[in-house]
Amino acid sequence: MTMNNQGRPTAPTAASVASIETVSGSRGLLQHADLIFEIGTSETTGVDLPAPQNRTGRLGGVARKVPTGLPGLSEPEMVRHYMRLSQRNYAIDLGFFPLGSCTMKHNPRLNEKMARLPGFGDIHPMQPQATVQGALELIDELATWLKTLTNMPFVAMSPKAGAHGELCGMLAIRQALIARGEGETRKRVLVPASAHGTNPATAVQCGFVVDEIKANKRGRVDMDMLRAKLERTDDVAGIMLTNPNTCGLFETDIKEIADLIHAAGGYFYCDGANFNAIVGRVRPGDLGVDAMHINLHKTFSTPHGGGGPGSGPTVLSEALAPYAPVPFVVKNEDGVFSLVEEVEGEASESFGRMVAFHGQMGMFVRALAYMLSHGADGLKQVAEDAVLNANYIAAKLKTVMTPAFEGYCMHEALFSDAFTADGIETLDIAKALIDEGYHPMTMYFPLVVHGAMLIEPTETESKAELDRFCASLESIARRAAQGDDTLKGAPYLAPMRRLDETRAARKPVLKWVPETASTVAAE
Amino acid sequence: MATYYTEDHEWISVEGDAGKVGITKYAAEQLGDVVFVETPDVGKTVKKGDDMAVVESVKAASDVYAPVSGEVTEANAALADAPETVNESPEGDGWFCVIKLSDTGELDGLMDEAAYTAFCKGL
Repeated sequence: MTMNNQGRPTAPTAASVASIETVSGSRGLLQHADLIFEIGTSETTGVDLPAPQNRTGRLGGVARKVPTGLPGLSEPEMVRHYMRLSQRNYAIDLGFFPLGSCTMKHNPRLNEKMARLPGFGDIHPMQPQATVQGALELIDELATWLKTLTNMPFVAMSPKAGAHGELCGMLAIRQALIARGEGETRKRVLVPASAHGTNPATAVQCGFVVDEIKANKRGRVDMDMLRAKLERTDDVAGIMLTNPNTCGLFETDIKEIADLIHAAGGYFYCDGANFNAIVGRVRPGDLGVDAMHINLHKTFSTPHGGGGPGSGPTVLSEALAPYAPVPFVVKNEDGVFSLVEEVEGEASESFGRMVAFHGQMGMFVRALAYMLSHGADGLKQVAEDAVLNANYIAAKLKTVMTPAFEGYCMHEALFSDAFTADGIETLDIAKALIDEGYHPMTMYFPLVVHGAMLIEPTETESKAELDRFCASLESIARRAAQGDDTLKGAPYLAPMRRLDETRAARKPVLKWVPETASTVAAE
Repeated sequence: MATYYTEDHEWISVEGDAGKVGITKYAAEQLGDVVFVETPDVGKTVKKGDDMAVVESVKAASDVYAPVSGEVTEANAALADAPETVNESPEGDGWFCVIKLSDTGELDGLMDEAAYTAFCKGL
């Protein structure tokens, strides 16, 4: 063994320790973290303000008489508390996030820089419009990009997330039906089994009745069943279809589906959550779509998943545009931008207002920055690379895992659990991926595939990262096929071991209560 | 008493014009640990094929479809606090509701146990 000049060994000496329990609760440099309620007290505070002098307050008799009991921490304690929690988090800035259907792609730092420009970052929605002409122009320019990419005549910019955009589209459809005098009779919305889970929820929220269409053996809409459902037409409000669908497959009959729905007097809502797979290659307007939301936080790389709010602008066809929500930006003849805020004049047929202000301004800036930095050719390559990466994963793993469908996929690769030995489940594979340092893929969805594993690499992962991921998943899949029972205990290396999801769902603990002798006994 | 099965994995056990309805053992196993059940309201009229109840497991939330048309005369209130009963005894204590059949002829379109077992084998 080599020693340094003070007689200290320069390499670790061999020692076998099965498991180490620490006094502090920390594990090496991963710090122990208690709940804030356990470490904070109402007497501690990070700010030192003098007590108000000669103030009686203006709350009359309704002022709180007892303390709120909220925990307080000093500033350094608070900083450490949240820093420790953040180290237990998994983030796109830390590693690959193969969560299918979520499009967890890199959030370019250029977008962040643009969003922080004072003219965009420091403005207030109630500022006079004359002082925010640049911001309004940005909304208008982003709208132009979205309309061009989709070949649709109008876009509602205010919806604040994907499902909110769905709501916008379906409310526009409802308003159009009301205007036709068929609001009470056309209540049936067709929803394929391969649609996003939020689609039927949105339809019901708008007062429609969901009629499900099953998938065929190729994972696409069963056209015979669709035709059968359209034998009666006078109650059809429309269809909600996700394309590419949640099996990661392009709905090849989409044009015929649109024609059948229109012939039945209904409207075609397309869920645009997977637009990232076709952007620059396919224009939904050419396919007969009447409404489609676009997740800026997926296709156009704005942050999501706790990193930032979503944004779901919704493009509308000529038939639905008159019913779009307020407010929206218009460019006047003199070149001045203004907001149409009221349901009157050019917006007299609008279904109303969905949000207090104009939408997610910060996301608009990021999305436009992404578009301008990529250009039209770059956006086309986004879709091509996303599809290429997914097919690379599908091809690498098809011999060890079971592809759910034959042929090429779009932007996500879907596997069933048919390759696993008895007793090993999709859940075990997902948990073992955590030990390998990856966020698990989407599991058990879509429902049409048994034990589904849905992997979406996005275009922003390198070949080296995809190879590393595939090597990890291939090794886990081989163990699953051999019936390696140690998978049932995974994860072994994460800050928390496997949690009891069943108990958490059946007996949820939604409120923190101080641990006393009686609550301990009750456990 | 005769028990019939649907392709959507519901069972109905009929006595006279009343049928007790639940989900099959196969369905319960596929769902995994059931964590929430929403049974239909008593007095509700259902049509064959309507979604009448919801079952949620750690893996998925699924609709349960009415195997026959009729009126719901009883619902298994115990499932609200003990959804695990669906896993423990899917074709016994884990029943969902009782439907008073409006047309016993609808039973002809359902499977018997042998046909259902064969159907599951083919999945």
